Amino acid sequence: METARPSLTMGPVYYLWDSAKWRDFHFRIADEAPFERVVIGETVCSKRQHFIEPHIAEVIERLENAGKTVLLSTLALVTLERESRLIRELARDSEYMVEANDLSALGLLNGKAHSVGPLINVYNSATARLLAGRGACRICLPPELPFSSVKRVIAETPGVDFEVFAFGRMPLAISARCAHARSKGKIKDSCQFVCSDDPDGLPVKTLDRQSFLALNGVQTISHTCQALLGELPDLAACGVSAIRISPQDCDMVAVASLYSAALDGAIGADEAVDKLRMLYPAAPLSNGFHHAREGAAWVARARDTAQAG
Amino acid sequence: MRFPATLAAPLNVIPMAAIERTTSMLFQRVTTQHPHLFARLGEHIEKRFAFMPTDIPLVFVVSPAQPSIHVARRLPVPPTADASVEGPLFMLLALLEGRCDADALFFSRDLTVNGDMEAMLAMRNALDDCDIDLPRDLSALAGPLAPIVGRVAESIRRRALTEEASRWN
Amino acid sequence: MELICPAGTPATFREAVDAGADAVYCGFRDETNARNFPGLNFSRDELREAIAYARSKGTQTFVALNTFMRAGDEEIWYRAAADAVALGADALILADFGLMAHVAEHYADQRLHVSVQASASNVDAINFLVDAFNAKRVVLPRTLTIADIARIAPKIRCEIEVFVFGGLCVMAEGRCSLSSYATGKSPNMNGVCSPASHVRYRKEADELVSELGAYTINRFAAGEAAGYPTLCKGRFDIADERGYAFEDPVSLDVMGEIDALTAAGVSALKIEGRQRGKAYVAEVVSTLKKALSAKADDRPALLAHLRGLSEGQKTTSGAYEKRWR
Repeated sequence: METARPSLTMGPVYYLWDSAKWRDFHFRIADEAPFERVVIGETVCSKRQHFIEPHIAEVIERLENAGKTVLLSTLALVTLERESRLIRELARDSEYMVEANDLSALGLLNGKAHSVGPLINVYNSATARLLAGRGACRICLPPELPFSSVKRVIAETPGVDFEVFAFGRMPLAISARCAHARSKGKIKDSCQFVCSDDPDGLPVKTLDRQSFLALNGVQTISHTCQALLGELPDLAACGVSAIRISPQDCDMVAVASLYSAALDGAIGADEAVDKLRMLYPAAPLSNGFHHAREGAAWVARARDTAQAG
Repeated sequence: MRFPATLAAPLNVIPMAAIERTTSMLFQRVTTQHPHLFARLGEHIEKRFAFMPTDIPLVFVVSPAQPSIHVARRLPVPPTADASVEGPLFMLLALLEGRCDADALFFSRDLTVNGDMEAMLAMRNALDDCDIDLPRDLSALAGPLAPIVGRVAESIRRRALTEEASRWN
Repeated sequence: MELICPAGTPATFREAVDAGADAVYCGFRDETNARNFPGLNFSRDELREAIAYARSKGTQTFVALNTFMRAGDEEIWYRAAADAVALGADALILADFGLMAHVAEHYADQRLHVSVQASASNVDAINFLVDAFNAKRVVLPRTLTIADIARIAPKIRCEIEVFVFGGLCVMAEGRCSLSSYATGKSPNMNGVCSPASHVRYRKEADELVSELGAYTINRFAAGEAAGYPTLCKGRFDIADERGYAFEDPVSLDVMGEIDALTAAGVSALKIEGRQRGKAYVAEVVSTLKKALSAKADDRPALLAHLRGLSEGQKTTSGAYEKRWR
């Protein structure tokens, strides 16, 4: 069977970047990066909304002019009435496809074509098929999912385009409490946006100074960076339709180009991994979840060596 | 409550064979009374569990698969076991009977668990599901003296538990 | 107001019933529930006996099937649901949409409760589950304030159950992969968090070091109360400041707010702790049962002595109070 080459999707920026940086970043992505689609919109904390709002229209325009499909992301944790209202408006009025990241969005998007983000628990095809029946046409599977499950879900859910989270620090948890603000002596309700000091997350080390996690506002992310490169042929073979790249504070155009070259087979997996380490030296790479191991683990594959040789 | 030192001291001079015989008898008694005691251990049934009272000079190693119990004098090196729990004797007995919550005990650091935590957790949960009542279970062994043994054991236990409870508050 | 009590073993189940639980929740001895701990939970026969015992005392039994079905092994969860229904469970507590759909379709008369693991934290999310699966009750995530609950209650079409006592998840439940990041085992997939199989305690000079997988989760000075190395309750180092980054080792206690919760529209109060011993459960259930019928002024004294049973021996109102955020 001929396997189609997966396309590239850029996920939403999970971090609080300053407005101009956020805008310019997306402009450059629009102009230079080989993404087929780009998801934008605040996903982690509704308090940050106003930072990107002034630039959303021009970013969308630039992305569309560059031939990219735009999707709008919804919030991962919705508790306040104001947040619910935002999601309702988006679900009702958006001209762009909406990507659901919480249950309320899933409920509200019923009957409309939509995307399901990696923060929704899709662990099996019974769930995927249920969501498909309600209008989900794209699903980015959760980073925790092992490859055995990815394969199975895709095989048993025809008619849905699946994505796999293949680059970026992994979203591991979200809380009503803001550990990021607390670490700087603030609380969520008067946080003064201290998370903007850490555009790539605030490192959490163990008491023995092992690098472990990172804080991004109310979200906890991995210290390691998910990197599925040697795994791309398997992912393509099992029918993954797009590879999701989650933005970090590094040269994302180069990261996207690297993944694109790896998908084309223009660069061997070993070489790609070495290059990725240079492009994003802030964090060690990991692929443990994919291999049904602890998420922080790095599983070097025999195939990598074979390809390099 | 600690085991009184005056009572613990003679344990150093009583021959091990005698201690082991008595312990085995008590152990058999409990396992006969509670035939399903170790069913909950699942895959952990093959492991060895050391119970190490800090206030008497003995350690007890239980092999649920046999089932058997082995007693040894306490040495500076820990006994060979997959998992061990250390603490005052009365606390270990209370744990055995499910009368004290092991989590609560551990949080106040009265018990120390080492080795295979999962196995010890399985053991704790297995014990917790059995209505072990040492005064009741063991008094039968004492024949005609049963009521007295039962009452004495009961009163010691009550005293130990009351002391612990008051210390929590 | 109903009191919903945990049971990890048949002995605890009986204690909870005897102590006055309105309902007891429990799970099968496998990965179909979020307390898949060694030595815990119920065989089919044990559940049958437990349900019969509960019935004889007018107590309900809720069966938690609140993990997410592993792709390819859905049959394990489907069979668990079929058995729980056949054994007469008064409600199934579910988190996975696929499983909810299966239960709603095959056992339309079975009462379905939404597990806290489903993370239904707002009106639209809850009504989605009511409409799609005919959910009768939602267990709210521990991310809401009492004011949030009061605002939600009149707008949803099902009952509300909230956690009031016991362990506290800092993260939105059912949306946390911290455990599997460190150990490969997660609440969602394996029904365990910070599993004992990956826990190690080690003495280093005077300190007790607790580790989970390859990571140090805490260090305790001599004499300091030590806790289980649950990942989100560890002490970490952030920009050279050391402390509890996510949450102190406290447990939840909002029994002081019973009246406010009642006024907010809550129908049932839930006690966490299927992994706790029967002594703990008996003590907590009987005390909280008394507290429920006591006058507000008499409650603090009743509740005070439960504190010693709490993790780290300190308690918090958690997200129910806004400043916790």
